Amino acid sequence: MTTGAVPAEPGTLEAHLRSQRDAGRKLLVPYVTGGLGEHWLEAIEAMAAAGADAVEVGIPFSDPVMDGPTIQEASQRSLDGGATPLGVLAQLEDVHAGVPLVAMTYYNLVFRTGHRRFARSLAASRVSGAIVPDVPLEELDDWSRAADDAGVETVLLAAPVTPDDRLVRICERSRGFVYGVSVMGITGERQSLAQSAAVMGKRLKAVTDKPVLIGFGVSTPAHAVEAATEADGVIVASALMRRLLDGASPDELGALVAEMRAALDAG
Amino acid sequence: MGEPSPDGRFGEYGGAFVPESLVPACQELDRAFRSAWGDQSFHDEYLQILEEHAGRPTPVTDALRLSERLGVRVLLKREDLTHTGSHKINNVVGQALLARRMGKHRVIAETGAGQHGVATATACAMFGMECVVYMGEVDVARQALNVFRMKLLGAEVRPVASGSRTLKDAINEALRDWVASVESTHYCLGSVTGPHPYPWMVRELQRIVGDEARDQCRRMLDGADPEYVVACVGGGSNAAGTFAGFVDTEAKLVGVEPAGGAAIGRGLPGVVHGSKSMLLQDEHGQVSESHTISAGLDYPGVGPEHAHLAAMGRATYVPADDAEVLEALQLLAVTEGIIPALEPAHAVAWVARAAGTSELPEGSTVLITMSGRGDKDAQQVMDLLGS
Repeated sequence: MTTGAVPAEPGTLEAHLRSQRDAGRKLLVPYVTGGLGEHWLEAIEAMAAAGADAVEVGIPFSDPVMDGPTIQEASQRSLDGGATPLGVLAQLEDVHAGVPLVAMTYYNLVFRTGHRRFARSLAASRVSGAIVPDVPLEELDDWSRAADDAGVETVLLAAPVTPDDRLVRICERSRGFVYGVSVMGITGERQSLAQSAAVMGKRLKAVTDKPVLIGFGVSTPAHAVEAATEADGVIVASALMRRLLDGASPDELGALVAEMRAALDAG
Repeated sequence: MGEPSPDGRFGEYGGAFVPESLVPACQELDRAFRSAWGDQSFHDEYLQILEEHAGRPTPVTDALRLSERLGVRVLLKREDLTHTGSHKINNVVGQALLARRMGKHRVIAETGAGQHGVATATACAMFGMECVVYMGEVDVARQALNVFRMKLLGAEVRPVASGSRTLKDAINEALRDWVASVESTHYCLGSVTGPHPYPWMVRELQRIVGDEARDQCRRMLDGADPEYVVACVGGGSNAAGTFAGFVDTEAKLVGVEPAGGAAIGRGLPGVVHGSKSMLLQDEHGQVSESHTISAGLDYPGVGPEHAHLAAMGRATYVPADDAEVLEALQLLAVTEGIIPALEPAHAVAWVARAAGTSELPEGSTVLITMSGRGDKDAQQVMDLLGS
């Protein structure tokens, strides 16, 4: 067993999100697929400048089973452009976002690179957190030991079908924040926010003091406000990546993030 | 080949690397299968259906003319004679019974060659269940006959356009469906791959192949076991079921992988589709595409228990290339009057190549699992042979 039951000092990511939240702000974490197009690094900076509290960076994988068509296409295009895991991380060293970065990827890239090497590479690129959605609690130890040692906060996901007792364990082991999956399904834009989003936020807030963010299907400023009613904030991915795939500039992505920021601030 | 560890491991391979949304479903399936597999009435119904609907037990054929040609005695376990034409029906009947026991009325499946899809569609028709089959676009084109069979059986076939558009991508898409539908839907995975409990469960549902064959061989060989037991390996379900019957005998176990998809022969440890196993991948961990004429073996991974058997040295895994597979298919046709599917033709190809060498000495007795019949491949083979 690892240090699951021992309360660790909050890391950079959690400390930052807590302080923003405790100041009365709803949290906004936009996502960018690493290596996608020529302007993805500028997109990160534009999103941060537009009011993001952290930025999630996808490290593209060939077989992203939790992702819908938009992120699949973004990942494939990035890979076709020659993106590699360590290459994406190396490029991140030059980013000056001013907010914490969180990497999202699938486990085989971590496993192939090596747990310790991957964790150290994240830390070297000043990436504070990591989301690896195909590593559930039962398979977490190898990665989390390496991540903890490197000072990388591993964010765990909770799903609508997660039973209450398991939800508590997920919240205890999660670092940085807890990622509440809004709906049973994969990532992607949706017409309306699932009713399960509010339930997820409420259930998580009832069992943890860590920041609780809701993701999957948060597509519009109105969705963001709705999802952040119970939870502390939202993660927005496909809605932004759709625009980037369609040729939007970093400034245009920043403008959408600013709209979401304004909506969240207005409540 | 016993139970995996409580965390679903065969040695260092296996596990359940699934998103949180699927964890409760995998745990539920583990409990349901454990309970069913320990319940005599479940076994009775499973066997009754396989006997009355699927034609079990399948025979073992003494391949006299092929044996004479190769200088080794070849026995064929005839899964090609089952209803729907391959061993896939064994697994599917078990999983359909399990789905019904769990109260799930919708079944999804992935398919490569279409044999697992046809078997699943068949079982769903028998049980009155809704059936959706994911199939890569490349496979939809090269296995048109099976696509039509699935539709006749009432299943919906959803072509998959992502990635390599073959079996790997069909599994991705089935998993994406399952994440959204898991409360009402059973994912009927067709091989000994995927997260725990699938590799174990599917091997158990296929062990009837090996258990029958062992008894049949002993009757034919005056109580002896064959010295070699050979089966083709993509994900590895017919091999796992066959090997399960012989793992505690002296028989040498040989799995034959397609040369262009040899996960054990040419892969490295990796994690895809929920389990840790051997995997064709690049240096960064991106999954590679496999390349073979056999849609049913066109998969860059392999079941974790095979990775374990290879690591322990209990089974060996060898390649067969497309050209020798086509030759083997024709050899079996003209010597035995049996047109095998391209998948088991890989096993025949290795036996034909190795016979008379130190790998398979002259006079040896070898059992080959004839996992499916060649009807589905007739058009493709006709095109390949140009006649």
